[in-house]
Amino acid sequence: METAFEALIAFFLIVSGIFGFVGSFGLLKLRDAMSRLHAPTKATTLGVGGVLLASIFHSIAIEHHLSLHELLITLFLFLTAPVTAHFIAKAHIHMSETPETLPGAEQDGIWATHDVPVVEKTEGDKDSTA
Amino acid sequence: MKLLRRIFPHPHMTLLLTLVWMLLANSLSLNSLIFGLFLGVVIPFVTQPYWPDQPKLRNWLMVIEYILVVLYDIVVANIVVARIILFKRDQDRQPAWVCVPLDLRTPEAITVLAGTITMTPGTVTADLSAEGHNLLVHCLDASDPDAVRDEIKQRYERRLKEIFE
Repeated sequence: METAFEALIAFFLIVSGIFGFVGSFGLLKLRDAMSRLHAPTKATTLGVGGVLLASIFHSIAIEHHLSLHELLITLFLFLTAPVTAHFIAKAHIHMSETPETLPGAEQDGIWATHDVPVVEKTEGDKDSTA
Repeated sequence: MKLLRRIFPHPHMTLLLTLVWMLLANSLSLNSLIFGLFLGVVIPFVTQPYWPDQPKLRNWLMVIEYILVVLYDIVVANIVVARIILFKRDQDRQPAWVCVPLDLRTPEAITVLAGTITMTPGTVTADLSAEGHNLLVHCLDASDPDAVRDEIKQRYERRLKEIFE
């Protein structure tokens, strides 16, 4: 029985290792900033998820007590990953997209990130955006 | 009843916070249950003025179904994205922006939808339109952007509409 559980734990660790690797490899391989954003938001979810599952099984089978901390980590990961991705995407839109390069926003006309009053840039602003 | 409503503005939140606290403490003792309940009562009470129009969840079965559908899609998403990254030549990949018109109006529902889109197959939510009627979605590899839009509307938005509105 112990061996079966160890095999299961090893399986989840290997799966998570593979997906963690793929996520990082995607960062190197993909050609544009928005595509690179896909790799860490997704491939890594299963990467971390695998480690957490392995950890739960380990505490049940080997240490003989129930540990559910890992579920919380998953929950927090699901809350934070989309928010981070959204921030990075917004930064990308600010820096390298114009309303013309994006599809139209139908009846609203413009995307929220571009919907800012135009302000004359001072020297200080230029430094911070460069 | 009104007093009860004032003291427990979000009864579900109280339950959720208690559960999260007990998971954090990682123990089933009475000690952590009582402190969890205390936090579960105090936090919603203190934050109540900052969240005036709380949405009402209509259908708890639908919530569970939605969570299961999304979890399944996340696993599929990981495999699909891994395949694209590993085996597709970068020149063959067709990244695309897709505009998804929204039927949802509740801010909380739109937030959940945007988060779901980010976690599922080859799509990332990038922006919301100025008045909140459309979502800007980036696809990693979309030969048919319309199909992506229809799937998001069919699979997630329809369910969220039943849950929130």
